[in-house]
Amino acid sequence: MSVGEITHIGRPTNRVDGRLKVTGQAHYAAEYPADDLLYGYIVGSTIAAGRIAAMHLDAARQFPGVVEIFTHENRSKAAWLDRSWRDEVAPPGHPFRPLHSDRILFDGQPVALIVAETFEAARDAGSLIRIAYDVDAHCTELEAKRAEAYVPPEQRSGIPPPPDPRGDAEQAFQDAPVKISRDYRVNAEHHNPMEMFATTCVFEGDGKLTIYDKTQGSQNAQGYVTSVFGLRSKDVRLVNHYVGGAFGAGLRPQHQLFFAVMASLELQRSVRVSLTRAQMFHIGYRPDSYHTVSLAADRDGRLQSIMHDAVASTSHYEDYQEAVVNWSGMMYHCDNVKLTYQLAKLDTATPCDMRAPGAAIGVTALECALDELSYELGIGPLEIRRINFASKDENTKKQFTSKALLECYSEGAAAFGWEKRSPKPRAMREGRELIGWGVSTGMWDAFLQKAQATATLKVDGTLEVATAASDIGTGTWTILTQIGAEAFGLPLEDVQARIGDSTLPMSPVEGGSWTAASNGSAVQAACDAVKHSLFKQARKMANSPLADASFEDVEVRDQRIFRKDDPARGLSVFEVMHAAELKEITEQGKVSPNLRQMLKYTSYTHSAVFAEVRVDEYLGVVRVTRVVCAAAAGKILNPKTARSQILGGVVMGIGMALHEEAMTDHRLGKIMNANLGEYHVPAHADIEDIEVIFVDEKDDKVSPLGVKGLGEIGIVGTASAVANAIFHATGVRVRDFPITIDKILNAPRPS
Amino acid sequence: MNRFEYIRPATVADAIAALNEPAARALAGGTNLVDLMKYDVAQPSRLVDINRLPLKSIEITSGGALRIGALVTNTDLAWHQDVREKWPILSSAILAGASPQLRNAATAGGNLMQRTRCYYFYDPSTACNKRQPGSGCSAIGGVNRIHAILGASDSCIAVHPSDMCVAMVALDASVEVEGPEGKRSIPMSGFHRLPGGEPERDNTLKVGELITSIIIPEPHFGAHHTYLKIRDRLSYAFALISVAAALRVDEGVIQDARIALGGVAHKPWRDFDAEKSLKGERVGTQGFTQVADFILRDAKGQGDNDFKIELARRAIVRALEQAAAGTPQDQADKSIH
Ligand SMILES: Cc1cc2nc3c(=O)[nH]c(=O)nc-3n(C[C@H](O)[C@H](O)[C@H](O)COP(=O)(O)OP(=O)(O)OC[C@H]3O[C@@H](n4cnc5c(N)ncnc54)[C@H](O)[C@@H]3O)c2cc1C
Ligand code: SF4
Repeated sequence: MSVGEITHIGRPTNRVDGRLKVTGQAHYAAEYPADDLLYGYIVGSTIAAGRIAAMHLDAARQFPGVVEIFTHENRSKAAWLDRSWRDEVAPPGHPFRPLHSDRILFDGQPVALIVAETFEAARDAGSLIRIAYDVDAHCTELEAKRAEAYVPPEQRSGIPPPPDPRGDAEQAFQDAPVKISRDYRVNAEHHNPMEMFATTCVFEGDGKLTIYDKTQGSQNAQGYVTSVFGLRSKDVRLVNHYVGGAFGAGLRPQHQLFFAVMASLELQRSVRVSLTRAQMFHIGYRPDSYHTVSLAADRDGRLQSIMHDAVASTSHYEDYQEAVVNWSGMMYHCDNVKLTYQLAKLDTATPCDMRAPGAAIGVTALECALDELSYELGIGPLEIRRINFASKDENTKKQFTSKALLECYSEGAAAFGWEKRSPKPRAMREGRELIGWGVSTGMWDAFLQKAQATATLKVDGTLEVATAASDIGTGTWTILTQIGAEAFGLPLEDVQARIGDSTLPMSPVEGGSWTAASNGSAVQAACDAVKHSLFKQARKMANSPLADASFEDVEVRDQRIFRKDDPARGLSVFEVMHAAELKEITEQGKVSPNLRQMLKYTSYTHSAVFAEVRVDEYLGVVRVTRVVCAAAAGKILNPKTARSQILGGVVMGIGMALHEEAMTDHRLGKIMNANLGEYHVPAHADIEDIEVIFVDEKDDKVSPLGVKGLGEIGIVGTASAVANAIFHATGVRVRDFPITIDKILNAPRPS
Repeated sequence: MNRFEYIRPATVADAIAALNEPAARALAGGTNLVDLMKYDVAQPSRLVDINRLPLKSIEITSGGALRIGALVTNTDLAWHQDVREKWPILSSAILAGASPQLRNAATAGGNLMQRTRCYYFYDPSTACNKRQPGSGCSAIGGVNRIHAILGASDSCIAVHPSDMCVAMVALDASVEVEGPEGKRSIPMSGFHRLPGGEPERDNTLKVGELITSIIIPEPHFGAHHTYLKIRDRLSYAFALISVAAALRVDEGVIQDARIALGGVAHKPWRDFDAEKSLKGERVGTQGFTQVADFILRDAKGQGDNDFKIELARRAIVRALEQAAAGTPQDQADKSIH
């Protein structure tokens, strides 16, 4: 342990890349220059299912500036086996292969790539392409396919299926004195990060490619490219230094990567391909889902039965899966639980992970249902959650490595002023508006993934830490810098993090909120290894003041290595390296999940979300005026970026509650509001006070750093807290998200 | 986006000459036209950039009316001192629309001429009579949450999306235009049109005509006015329903009433009979409800937008209450009083 006070970890720290970003010096994938760059423009199908009968390309081909048009008829050869197209996080099925054949699987499916000397020429030529289709019947409406839902035959790797039933949930439901059974729907959502998907593929000659891609995993995307195109790994470098948001949409390689690389290889030139905003709606999305939640309790509010049956959409070619209902088996103590999760195939692209995949929708349904039950029981909504606190994970019968959820409830409630809540709905009013307060629990995995890092201490005393992590706006650059600075007692300026490059040490994709814990711990391990080497060198020196010290006795700080009990006895980093004739010391660090520990323990982040809404029920207008999110997420490395993550999650949760909705014309199989003018996310005016509280939570098992990660917890429970608050305000329960004006107006008024 | 010719005339006469072909389009702030070109919905043969024309001033005429140059930005108009004092409902309506960035670029003339936000109109792969006459109307029986409840036809159920125009209609504005055949003045209530069998025509402007200014007489409503906009989020969304309401009230008796609706029809909707019926009435919610029902007597939903009929009724009542109380809705205040 360090003798000095902690300097960097736990301190609110500005983003180290903030200045580069706001001054435009941080380059995103579509911003890297390249000589002789060509531009690709993707043309999408205008039908949802069928075959391409004929393509009329002449006008486009003759358009000035057009270099080549790729279609299924002339695309280059790519890998044959599905396996070669499957990336690290692919679900089971046949991964989508752009331009593979004349088959159309979803509206907006890429059917041609026009490559031209300018983007404008490519786009303009695109408007000249005429395509005739043989149209097949399609279905994009989950409701219509609910009856055909099925249990996915093959499980998606990393996604636990629903646990086996425990007890007898049906019987317990029958026997219980108080119960409810309700249907909920959470509409499909689209990620829509600010930065559009883009790839600049730089053709380096001598068979090498440097690819700047918008992705959440440089190595995942690099692996995809090498396996799809049969390239040697050492010939392909993939860079994603900065990522303008992704929310999960960048976990799997998107079409533009395939297109840029294919065109580059075919034309032997550098090529850039960017998706348009509208095309961003034709890639993965958060699945549409229906939920039936049945809850029963004894009169004291103790849950006797939990049943949660969910049906979610997937595509015809893959069985996308997420853990939707599992939460319902472990958030609360209950002996009788039955959970089912089924898929229904629609003529859409395959859904993909979106911030807190599974939990964001499953917990929303459960938490609304629990709220409904609390009113049936006449027990406060916070109280019922406390009463049913689960002290272990009852799905797996394992212990939690830590769970400061009760503290989230009490600290969140105190900050919110929950005790002033009147229990009855429609009891609080100001001016024309009814006021409602709602609460919800949130829960998300605290994963640790295999990751590696290197740390390099230079003779000038500065440090470099490297791992192929990505920073999708989460603050990875900053926390890795902090971890390095902490380990060596250096100012942040003396530490350079290197991330976002497939040639760096092994990293998983940035997802699941695991980066801080995994890559952070790997960096810390690498720093420890460097310190060990430095110490060894120091002790070897002639007349070393540390000759009789052991590693535990020393500390490294301010470019010196010295005895903790006598800081005057020590050496400068420069002296040690100079004596050893070293320019730098580089060591590796690794982490992987502790499998033995995992037999006994599971780890989750928890939260309690409190929301205040004001509803003008006459006009159906809802305002979310206050949210308090109290989260227990282990050690907080950087309260500033951590808070931003929660704020972003809460805002997105408010969007789920009130705004986000892809409006599909099911006759055409088309999303009609595929733009940010009409696909609504919260605007500034929709967001008022949000308070973030991190409750104290020590966890020495979850990860070497004690960190749980918090990229996703902020969204979980927010939509349900808002919906519950709307009920409390109005007595009107809307079970169909988003809760738009029409649903409030049309809901039956309470008597 | 298609290829086009670009010219930037310095005089109104040159602009009119340049506009005198059917596929020529004036380019003002570009916030609508350029989007439509990128979507391949608008394919102008020639863009006539009018931004150098001397149409940027706001004046008070000798008769006390407001004259707004066609190129005055929405921001300059909304924040102009005289406008805020004497035409506050106009200022309020503009501030209820779009975002500050868009309003900085958008012009008065462009706002009048902006096209519908019907989803299908923007998607060239779908049938749309307004975009391609005779192709059909996909919105009928389709996604039509934002569509018309009044004055729609079998060929088109789109709405005019402007907020500014709703206030202008309520204020008896007139649109000054200049074209190959000279100048004319079009009353605002006759500027936009109902779709009928020709939904491709949004308004009554003729080929080659340029909007030069908009004239609004001075209103005498004091504080008895409001612009109330109901939308799917609290800012930066087009109106589901908006209401411009203004009353002249003398000792609790209504002397003059103006009620214009946005988001309900192919044009800002004004019902002169309804307004007349309020004259001589005492202010009160019951009369307001009756007038709302009267305005909506022929309202017809299309499925998704059925709720807008009831919402419109309530918004009219609330707006009239606000106007009667002399407490206009402040657009910075997200709670509706
Ligand atoms: C995301 C988004 C949200 C918006 N939200 C709202 C909203 O809530 N409420 C609202 O009212 N508006 C809203 N708008 C629309 C905005 O008000 C219009 O785009 C704007 O007013 C158009 O003005 P402009 O000067 O940019 O017109 P341009 O785009 O330059 O032109 C539009 C049309 O007007 C024609 N034109 C322009 N000037 C003249 C003239 N002097 N004479 C003849 N023809 C002319 C052009 O030829 C073109 O056809 C929104 C727009 C966007 C993009
Ligand atoms: S409502 Fe009008 S604009 Fe919309 S699809 Fe129909 S014809 Fe086109």
